[in-house]
Parts: sequence; structure tokens; C-alpha cells
Amino acid sequence: MTPPSIRVTDLRKTYEVPEREGGLRAAAVSILRRSSKSVPAVAGISFEVSPGEIVGFLGPNGAGKTTTLKMLSGLLYPTSGEATALGHVPWQREPDFLRRMTLIMGQRNQLAWDIPVVDSFELNRAIYGVPRDEYRQRLDELVELLDLGNLVRKPVRNLSLGERMKCEVAGSLLHRPEVLFLDEPTIGLDVTMQRRIRTFIAEYNARTGATTLLTSHYMADVEALCRRVIVIHHGVLLYDGDPTGLVARFSPRKTISIDLEPDQAPPDPAALAQLAGGPDAVIQHSAERVTLRVPRTETAAVTTRLLAALAVRDLVVEEPPIDEVIDLVFAAGPQAGDAAQPDSAA
Amino acid sequence: MSSVARLPSIYAAKFRAEIALQVAYRGALVIWLLGLLIEPIVYLVVWTTVARSQGGQVGGFGAGDFAAYFTLLMIVNQLTFTWHYFFFEWRVKEGFFSPLLLRPVHPIHNDIAENLTFKLLTFTVVGPVAIFLIVTFGATLRSEPWQLLAFVPALALAMALRFVVEWTLALAAFWITRTGALNETYYLGMLFLSGQVAPLVLFPQLVQSIAYLLPFRWMISFPVETALGRLGPADVLIGYGAQLAWIAAALVLLRVVWRAGIRRYSAVGA
Repeated sequence: MTPPSIRVTDLRKTYEVPEREGGLRAAAVSILRRSSKSVPAVAGISFEVSPGEIVGFLGPNGAGKTTTLKMLSGLLYPTSGEATALGHVPWQREPDFLRRMTLIMGQRNQLAWDIPVVDSFELNRAIYGVPRDEYRQRLDELVELLDLGNLVRKPVRNLSLGERMKCEVAGSLLHRPEVLFLDEPTIGLDVTMQRRIRTFIAEYNARTGATTLLTSHYMADVEALCRRVIVIHHGVLLYDGDPTGLVARFSPRKTISIDLEPDQAPPDPAALAQLAGGPDAVIQHSAERVTLRVPRTETAAVTTRLLAALAVRDLVVEEPPIDEVIDLVFAAGPQAGDAAQPDSAA
Repeated sequence: MSSVARLPSIYAAKFRAEIALQVAYRGALVIWLLGLLIEPIVYLVVWTTVARSQGGQVGGFGAGDFAAYFTLLMIVNQLTFTWHYFFFEWRVKEGFFSPLLLRPVHPIHNDIAENLTFKLLTFTVVGPVAIFLIVTFGATLRSEPWQLLAFVPALALAMALRFVVEWTLALAAFWITRTGALNETYYLGMLFLSGQVAPLVLFPQLVQSIAYLLPFRWMISFPVETALGRLGPADVLIGYGAQLAWIAAALVLLRVVWRAGIRRYSAVGA
């Protein structure tokens, strides 16, 4: 069995944040007496990522996603816990580790603002010691995959956000990293550009077999790219497994939508409630359409009853959209994790 | 290839990128340059005027000596000065330090290369200005050839010393959110104890002794005094020793502060 690319064991990061009340009096007091508060950003998470896997890291703002990525890329020292990436302890920042990974932050520029993009690329080539012929070949490949064209000859300040992001991505991959940490790589981009970046990440992963850990606010990113998601909230791991499992675990109900034959009397609400297993299950009903939300285990039984009792023209059974599920998870908070044993995704 | 073996090619690439960058900021470059030139010229005008009004001499310095002193001071100051400690706070606060930390080379190399490129570019102006000053103000150089030769290592060591000390100072930004006050304090020490305002021999004996014990003198005044021909062989050797000792001490401090600093670095907003 190949050893994991990334292994995280009980990783924690607590920030000391200075705090005081508002107002003049509190300001005066704070000259003499400083107080600070410990804010746990990451509160003991553990997981492993196998070589070549693309894992989506989900969580609301402040969940600890970015802090985790920063620890794994060596920018931050953890408060406690252990982690290895490519066999190295990231925060020891050994050159051999740094040369083999990259961190792409959607809201940060690594390219110099006022010089043409290729000048920054050339500097990266020297820093990572990429031989010239290989560099040229990789650059051509990236220019083609990301459709960069002439962009690389323009100064960064003259590029649009999307163009800049594509160049950032290209610059971060010239050294062909084996591990990619992507922190919201599509943030602020239009839908077309998001799709472009997404397709590119999948393509890069397929071509190089790079292990990829990605955070995003956009479910579309995760659904398109990841066969495994890790959900964290308040620094705690709530779920680790495939996206469909996430839906099954956190949303115990399915939605049944029925289109009724026209020119029929509208169904009696009381009868509908009885068919669905309770008045709460009826989300919406009219002469043409009925929507019910029923427990996952009773879906088949309810469907059978409905088909027998109503003049059904069409019937659809659906999982709730994953966005909605994520909302449910985050609304439930950390206690949701108690109910959810992390799946082993390996 | 190890990171160390790759350093020359990294520096070469950084030079190219940096020249492109600094040429892109032509206006800023000119303003920086003006600031750099005006300060020593003001001192020069003041002191040559004082010397003339005092009957030609102040503490053994004639008008021509002052002209030589401040012209050399301008050259040494231009070649040794650094600016990173003024920007480090911003760099840390805004997260601009993170990309440097992610590279497989120590961030200090980025700043050394940046510094050297700036010196190379600006010296094309500072050099001719120095010649202009020497001619206009009638600078007199009393040094012997060996003293001019001894100036070269003194200058190189001064560059290294000032860079290491000021880069270590810059790292205070890992702990302090407003580094301005600390930087000002350092700058004041630099102004009075390095010989920038006036030659140190014109100061009271107590100040001279303090200057002798602190690193500032060895960053600026010592190479200037060497080139002026005011130091004998023994003094020059002692000076080299002092420079090397301070460099060693500063490097140890840099290492300790660096290790502790990046542990604290919280990359806020990064």
C-alpha cells in the first residue's frame, strides 16, 4: 500500500486575539492591562489523503479551512498536533518539501504587479531550478491548457481578475508540484472562468497525479472535482467521505415531487398528510403539483401509496441539493459531528 | 541541485526581474535618489560654511576635508542603506510575506538581491554626482593608495553588517504591529552615532566612546575614515575585527529572531 501524501493527526491551532470593550475608558485601561482571548481556529482534526486524490475541504467562513491549508503548506506553526506532507513536517519548511508543493490562494498575488507575467515566471524557474527546455515545454502546456495566449507578456496590473488568476495558477505549477493546496481558487471569478479553472485542475490532476486539497465556497467546484469531501466547522471535523454519503448522513429526508393529471379535484390536505406520514411532510400542494419531504427509509412505501391513491402524471424522487445539505450541517453545528462518524474514504 | 548551488542563478533571475520592476517605477526611483543625495549635500554645505567662518578649520577639518568627508559619506551611505525594515510591518500585516515563505529559498535572498539591484541602478547616478561634488566643493583627499585599497573590504563588511542588523530589526514586525517607533529610535542612533550628521571626531569624547562600542560607526563612519586616510594600519585592522565581530553577533541574533518570528507569524489576511 502506498503511504498517504498527507497525514494529519489531532492538528490544532489557537490564535491569541487581543480584545477590549469599545470606548475611551476601555482604551485607557488597555494601555496598562492587555487582555487577550484564545480563539481555537482548528480544534483537533485528523485525516489522511492518498497520492493523486482530490479532496474538497468544506466549511463556512472561519471554519478553519484556510488555517489548516496554511499549516499544511508550512506557513503556520500549529499549536499542537502532527502533520506530514510528502513525508516532511510542513512547518519545518525544508527546501525539498517546498519545491514539491504549491499553495494557490484566490485572494493573494504571488506575481509581481508591474512587470510582465513571464518575468515572474522566469524568476520562479530559477528559484525552483527547472531546466530551461523543461520550463519551455511546461509553459507551452500551461499556456495551452489555460488558454493564456499573449497574457503572459502583459504586466499583471493590466490583467482582469480572471486572467490574473489563470496566470497565478500557471506560475504556481511551473515546478510541477506533487501536492497542490488550493484556497478558494475560483473566488470572485465569473461562471465561465470558474469552469475553466475547474476543468484545468481536473486535467492537471489526471496528467500529473498530483494530490490536491481544495477549499471552496462554490459547491459546483466540489461536485465537479472531488470524490471525497471533508467538512469542518468551528475547527472540528464533521464529515469525511464521498459527497453522496454527506447527503445521506446529514439529510435524512428525500423530496418527492408529483405532477397530477389535469382537470382533477385538488387532493384533500388531510388525505395527503396521511399518505405522506404526517402533516409536516407536505411542503406544498395545489391542483397540479404536490411536493413532499419524507424520511429516506419510507420513500418507497410512500411512493407506492401515492401512486395508488392519486392520478399521477409524473413523479420524481430527489436528494436535496448539496448546498442545502451543507446549510443543514452548518446550522446544526459541532454537535452534528457527534452523530456522524467520519467515513473512511480510503 | 541544492538550494545553495542554485543561488547564483536565482540572484541573476532576481536581478533581471528587479531591474524591470525598478525601471517600471522610474518616478519613485528618482525621488528616492533625490532624498539620498540631498541629505549629505545639506550637511556638506553647512559644515564647509562653518569651517570657512571659523577661519578655515573645525576640529582639524578644513572646507576641503568636509567636502571629501560628506562626498564619501554619501557613497558609503548609498551603498549600505536598506529600506526593508520600513516595509516589513506592511508585508507581514497584509500577508505579502507568505509567497516568499513558500519558496524553497530563504526570503532574505529576495531582499539581498533587491537591495543590490537598487544599488547598481542608483550608483550610475550617485557616482557622477560624487565626482561633481568633489570638483565643485574642492574636496581634498589625503589618503595613501593602501588606505584606498583598505576601503574596499571595509565598505563590503559595512554593507553586510548594516544589512544583517537592519533585516533583524525588520523582523520585529512579527511581534510588534506598529514598528514605526522602534525604527525611529534606530534611525536616530544611526544619524548621530554613525557619523552622518558630522564626523565623529567633532563629538565630545563620551559620545565618541559610545560610538566606538555600538555597531553604527562600523557601518558608515569607519569606511569613510579609512578612505579619507585618517586611520593607521592598526586602526584599520581593529575596524575589520569590530565589523566581523558585529556581523557574527548579528547573524546569531538574526537566526534566533527568525526562528522565533516565523513561529509567531500568523499570516493574517494571507
